[in-house]
Amino acid sequence: MRNAGRALIAAVAMSVIVADSAAAQKKYDPGASDSEIRIGNTMPYSGPASAYAAVGKAAAAYFRMINDHGGVNGRKIKFISYDDAYSPPKTVEQARKLVEGDEVLFLVASLGTAPNSAIHKYMNARKVPHLFVSTGATKWGDPKNFPWTMGYQPNYQSEGRIYAKYILAGHPAGKVAVLFQNDDYGKDVLKGLRDGLGDKAGMIVAEAPYEVSDPTVDSQVVRLRSSGADIFVNIATPKFAAQAIKKVAELGWKPTHILNNVAGSIGSVLRPAGLQNSKGILSTAYFKDQTDPALANDPAVKEWTAFMDKYLPEGDKANNSHVSGYTIAQLTVRVLTACGDDLTRANVMKQAASLKDVELGMLLPGIKVNTSPTDYFPLKELQMRRFNGEGWENFGPIISGEIGS
Amino acid sequence: MHGPVGEKHLAPPEAEIGGIKLARWKLILLCIGFVIAAAVPFVLKNFFIFQITLAIIYAIAILGLNLLTGFNGQFSLGHSAFYAIGAYTAAIMMDGFDINYVWTLPAAAIVCFVFGFLFGLPALRLEGVYLALATFALAIAIPQVLKSTLVEHWTGGVQGITLIKPDAPFGLPLNSDQWLYVFTGIVAIVMYWCAGNLIRSRTGRALIAIRDHPVAASAMGINVSLYKSLTFGVSALYTGVAGALGAIAIAFVAPDSFTFQLAIALFVGLVVGGVTSIPGTIIGGFFVLFVPNIAESFSKGLAGAVYGVILLLVIYLMPMGAAGLGRLVTGRLAKQGH
Repeated sequence: MRNAGRALIAAVAMSVIVADSAAAQKKYDPGASDSEIRIGNTMPYSGPASAYAAVGKAAAAYFRMINDHGGVNGRKIKFISYDDAYSPPKTVEQARKLVEGDEVLFLVASLGTAPNSAIHKYMNARKVPHLFVSTGATKWGDPKNFPWTMGYQPNYQSEGRIYAKYILAGHPAGKVAVLFQNDDYGKDVLKGLRDGLGDKAGMIVAEAPYEVSDPTVDSQVVRLRSSGADIFVNIATPKFAAQAIKKVAELGWKPTHILNNVAGSIGSVLRPAGLQNSKGILSTAYFKDQTDPALANDPAVKEWTAFMDKYLPEGDKANNSHVSGYTIAQLTVRVLTACGDDLTRANVMKQAASLKDVELGMLLPGIKVNTSPTDYFPLKELQMRRFNGEGWENFGPIISGEIGS
Repeated sequence: MHGPVGEKHLAPPEAEIGGIKLARWKLILLCIGFVIAAAVPFVLKNFFIFQITLAIIYAIAILGLNLLTGFNGQFSLGHSAFYAIGAYTAAIMMDGFDINYVWTLPAAAIVCFVFGFLFGLPALRLEGVYLALATFALAIAIPQVLKSTLVEHWTGGVQGITLIKPDAPFGLPLNSDQWLYVFTGIVAIVMYWCAGNLIRSRTGRALIAIRDHPVAASAMGINVSLYKSLTFGVSALYTGVAGALGAIAIAFVAPDSFTFQLAIALFVGLVVGGVTSIPGTIIGGFFVLFVPNIAESFSKGLAGAVYGVILLLVIYLMPMGAAGLGRLVTGRLAKQGH
């Protein structure tokens, strides 16, 4: 009897040791296996924000390319992306379907501030990584309270601060007029601008909001011009930014024109607005502009173009969102590669929070991805640039936008 | 839309299908429905339970719209506004004042009733498409109003308000999804029971009379304008309670949740379920929630188009909505029985 007991204990001990060593080699959470890694995503494929769904399409195409080349550490990526129509209740429904139904390992690149806000708490309560969200709100970099959510792009407030710095240095006596989109993004850039101007915030002599549903921003621009401002800050999405540039030129207004980064595309903003009208416009960037003719021979842009031709031929190459989705997917693959065979949610988060000087081809030279357990803002650097009538000329140093407090 | 819908197919209650009276059939179906509904929280995955909870919430909102459009003949493309007001009432009470979520429902009901009634007064001057347009304006305006700096302190502006999901009370062995399903179910049963009674009452007949022939109704001594405004109020009340339930279930409100798309979705649910049918609104709720998902599973890029095709097919095959189809089928079956 005693011997049998000992044998049993020994057997149990042995099996524990064996199981342990096996586990040390390969560890999986739901969504990962020897052959597959399931990744979830929500996108506005339908509805008013559907233009941004290009992020999801480009990411899906990138993962397809990775799978064609054998996947990540021998595992194929299954990218499951659902439509939320930019409606937060739908996002909650789809995110839960992804986590509880499809059992994805993590969510990546989900689009929009309000949709992501709706699942912020849920993802953290469930301890499922909510990585590289496609929105520039400041709240995504809060590892203390939301250790499972991480942002991606430079946040809107720090962009506003950079413009404020530029204005204070170059035009300390200027009068500023601001056009902004009346939503979280527009208000965030404006807040950054105001905070950056600090006690000189009185320099802003006029502000004109517009709604995404407005047909044009002409009347806003006319109103801003009549304020007598000599600096125009254009915080608008591509269509409206182009309208504003055109209207400024039509009015014969010649302000120092600062255009926010989301509307910096030559192909989808400056060319439609007129290249002559756009001459002298200032902006910031962290991506290479794939529509800039000067960069046509850049190896990374070439690689991206080849990728688009092969995997997303129907995609509009002038749409910045295709670059954004491509780089997010690229970064995701980096994180997964670093995870090795330890594909647990905790390790995904750990690897995502220890990116050091990662260079992605489409980022401007000198701009690198950096994260740490206390820094959940992967991209925080921007560079000022000026449009010379043909292409963008970067100038000044790489500026690290201080995180909005 | 006006006039008794599908009445020519309507079988009398004493008609029989398979030797069982139609009224008895109704009872049997109701019992089966209850058994299925009671089984849901114990057999399905949590997120399915959550989806069904949402479908029931939409059904209540559609019921509100149906009281107005189906039974009283007033159009509304603005019920997303009442849904939003209900949702924000609940959210602000829970987040700003730490009031228990249960009490937000009667509050949302009162607030929305008052809003609906007051909106109904000027709307009295408008008929048909003009009223539809006025309510449409309401639907467009609400998200912007919620964002405005005047109320930002309360509504959280564009960022919205994040809420905490309630747990089951009294130590019930249910998780929060199961509990919310039960809670929503109880509220829904009460609301449907009240709506059914309202429609069968003297008041309900007055509403229908106003829809069918306002002049005749007023000749019979019905105060048309009062009833119309009251209907607007009650309709808003239903939709507002649904909004409050939605806020509690989603645990987040933001202006983007209550766009014009929502108003259209409610309208679609109404037509698909069957105008002037109370049980049809449940079908409508499930349609609004699940069919976009089905459309998406066909094609991501064309999800909207596929949804449109499904909608066209549904309208073509069941011009009276699901309820009309139900009436048709029971009518046929009853005839065959004879």
